[in-house]
Amino acid sequence: MLSYIVRRLAIAVPTLILVSIFVFTLQKLLPGDPALVMAGEDRDPAAIAFIREKYHLNEPILIQYAYWMKAVLQGDMGISLRTNQPVLGLIGDKLPVTIQLALMAIVIAFVIGVPAGILSAVKKGTMIDYVANIVALSGLSVPNFWLGIMLILLVSVNLGWLPASGYESPFVDPLRSLKTMIMPAFVLGTSLAATLMRHTRSAMLGVMKADYVRTARAKGVRELAVIIKHAFRNALLPIVTLSALLFGELLGGAVLTEQIFTIPGFGKLIVDAVFTRDYAVVQGVVLCAAAGVILINLVADVLYFLVNPRIRSTL
Amino acid sequence: MHKILLAALLAGSALVSPALAADLRIGLQDDADVLDPDQSRTFVGRIVYTSLCDKLVDITPELKIIPQLATAWSWSDDGKTLTMDLREGVVFHDGTPFDAEAVKANIERSKNLPESRRKSEVKSIDSVAVTGAYQVKMMLANPDATLLAQLADRAGMMISPTAAEAAGADFAANPVCSGPYKFVERVQQDRIVLEKFADHWNADAFHFDKVSFLPIPDTTVRLANLRAGDLDMLERLAATDAAAVKADAGLQYAETVSIGYQGITVNVNNGDRAKNPFGEDARLRQAFELSIDRDALNQVVFEGAFAPGNQPFPPNSPWYDKDVPIPARDIEKAKALMKETGHETFDLEVQVANNPVQTQVLQVVQAMAAEAGFNVKLKSTEFASLLAEQSAGNYQASQVGWSGRVDPDGNIHQFMTCKGGINDSKYCNPEVDKLLDAARTSNNEEERKAEYDAARKILAKDLPIIYLYHPSWIWALDDKLEGFVPYPDGMIRLENVKFRS
Repeated sequence: MLSYIVRRLAIAVPTLILVSIFVFTLQKLLPGDPALVMAGEDRDPAAIAFIREKYHLNEPILIQYAYWMKAVLQGDMGISLRTNQPVLGLIGDKLPVTIQLALMAIVIAFVIGVPAGILSAVKKGTMIDYVANIVALSGLSVPNFWLGIMLILLVSVNLGWLPASGYESPFVDPLRSLKTMIMPAFVLGTSLAATLMRHTRSAMLGVMKADYVRTARAKGVRELAVIIKHAFRNALLPIVTLSALLFGELLGGAVLTEQIFTIPGFGKLIVDAVFTRDYAVVQGVVLCAAAGVILINLVADVLYFLVNPRIRSTL
Repeated sequence: MHKILLAALLAGSALVSPALAADLRIGLQDDADVLDPDQSRTFVGRIVYTSLCDKLVDITPELKIIPQLATAWSWSDDGKTLTMDLREGVVFHDGTPFDAEAVKANIERSKNLPESRRKSEVKSIDSVAVTGAYQVKMMLANPDATLLAQLADRAGMMISPTAAEAAGADFAANPVCSGPYKFVERVQQDRIVLEKFADHWNADAFHFDKVSFLPIPDTTVRLANLRAGDLDMLERLAATDAAAVKADAGLQYAETVSIGYQGITVNVNNGDRAKNPFGEDARLRQAFELSIDRDALNQVVFEGAFAPGNQPFPPNSPWYDKDVPIPARDIEKAKALMKETGHETFDLEVQVANNPVQTQVLQVVQAMAAEAGFNVKLKSTEFASLLAEQSAGNYQASQVGWSGRVDPDGNIHQFMTCKGGINDSKYCNPEVDKLLDAARTSNNEEERKAEYDAARKILAKDLPIIYLYHPSWIWALDDKLEGFVPYPDGMIRLENVKFRS
């Protein structure tokens, strides 16, 4: 098991290097001159020259990459071209915010998606199944930004129950933190819940036809125990895989959700950085996000062991 | 034992509930950049500084220069020495006294800090002499009529020399100025918090204990926050929301025409892309201008909240040339002009920033110009790319604007003179150069006006920039606020603003 994890981590290194090269070269392909954007409306030539010099923008791209890589390996991701703050510090500030949002969204997605999936599989072909499917389809089709703005108008403006946007750390004011995060987490969670529900349903349908489920029923096991212990546990495997994949989607969704609810997280950081051509921040954020996705996939693989003993013997 | 516990609890609750704290929350459209007046460049940054940092001079809503930290000033006869008397008894937020030495240190920092973005604004200052504890003389290389207006903005913001010396270029992490509010904390993309500075020289006129600036880019969400009571005021309300805010009894609406403009910059001389009839023949540009109904444009896109315009200064500005009024739409005349140049129709590519509002502006223009025979093709690009193409000359025409400067020179000189720093059309006319150069060195307003008017008459024919409109700054405020005065520079001055008692 340990050697497996070590092997997986070793593979992650070249992946990360490839990602770093991609990010670096792709954003150089972005049209527009960062020095021009940074210099502001007046575009003072002296300021432009200073910026080019300071951030090595005059050097060939290979040299620029080398400068960056050298610093990154020493734990220095550079400073934001826009605000002069260290990129690593920015990421350190923003990452917990997005993780909080993602975790709350995952919880909401599971709480809604999994039971709905089980229910609609068990009650296949009934009214409950149809309703669940229609709700799931709407969950998938309704865009986040629309749902977000509608919720703000309904819950914050008309009913006055929750703050319309903003963020508070749970360590400073847990209640306000929950209040500011619940709506965005719901918006982000519902679209995932829909995917999760449909996958749970199909996985459950497959398992429900299996011999061991029939045997369990024949033994006279209670229906609820059949569903949860015999069927659901076996259906869990693809759901775990899916959850890991969904994490990437979650980051993508967080970009939009954070923008709507003005949450100072990872997603907002990267969107703002792309538009202001804040190269150092874009590079740092993408590299961290890539590392995160790799890590989550590794965790998912490890979870396989725990959920399904059969895989353990194949290694 | 119980009594002690109860007493402790009571004491604790007294500590956590301050007596009637007056906190003001302002919604901004973007997040500010570096919080250092010498290094920053964003508009919203200036809104924050208005509460954080006092300036040598300020402006009135009519753009007249008035005292702030400098109480009086005078020019020498040759216009090359500016003597300023400074306010006494002013201290910076860190306790450092404000005096002539502090002014000298500030101007020198603006000139010499490698990261400074103020260099071009204070370029005309050769040196600063301390001629008394509270008097400085600024010696200029050449007469500069724009200097006072520069000192009414970031170049004139005074930061604590002690803090500046200690922090160097990292001043922004904890900016120390002398304004009515001092810096508390900043969470990037979330909030900037200031608190009242009790030792401010005019502290009685400022009524909030705490001021928070919250960047909320989405206009709908910003307004929703105001309506939900999570904000007390916001800047840059979308013109399309104006009617809804005016109809809401819980909100107030405030607007004023800005000193900036939006227009179409034409490539007349910037590389090969200028070599086409639209760049080379002013009559085609005149025809294009005649095809546009600026009033209709304002009504359709901005619900009439903005000000149509045909000059770098808005029609209500003292610098506006009334002899060159906004031309009325005249399709027949436009067609006749096109015919003169030998064109029945003309294909024109205009680049535009890919945001919904600017795109809509251009779509309206496109439809109007089509009636005169222009086939306008919109090239929609993201703003950073638009800027790069424009500066490189890789465009035929480009929809772009300018946030505006208090002194008229800032709206025209750098765009219209042969060597202007942001003259992307590369328009060059020695006669215009002569007039605009003269206008920036004279301290006589009548002379300046005459020179600008003369330049205007040439530019109205040559049309390197076809001005379209002047945006209005629009604020929405909670009804319980009073005393807010709109300024054409878009800043939020909190002097005498308070909650209704």
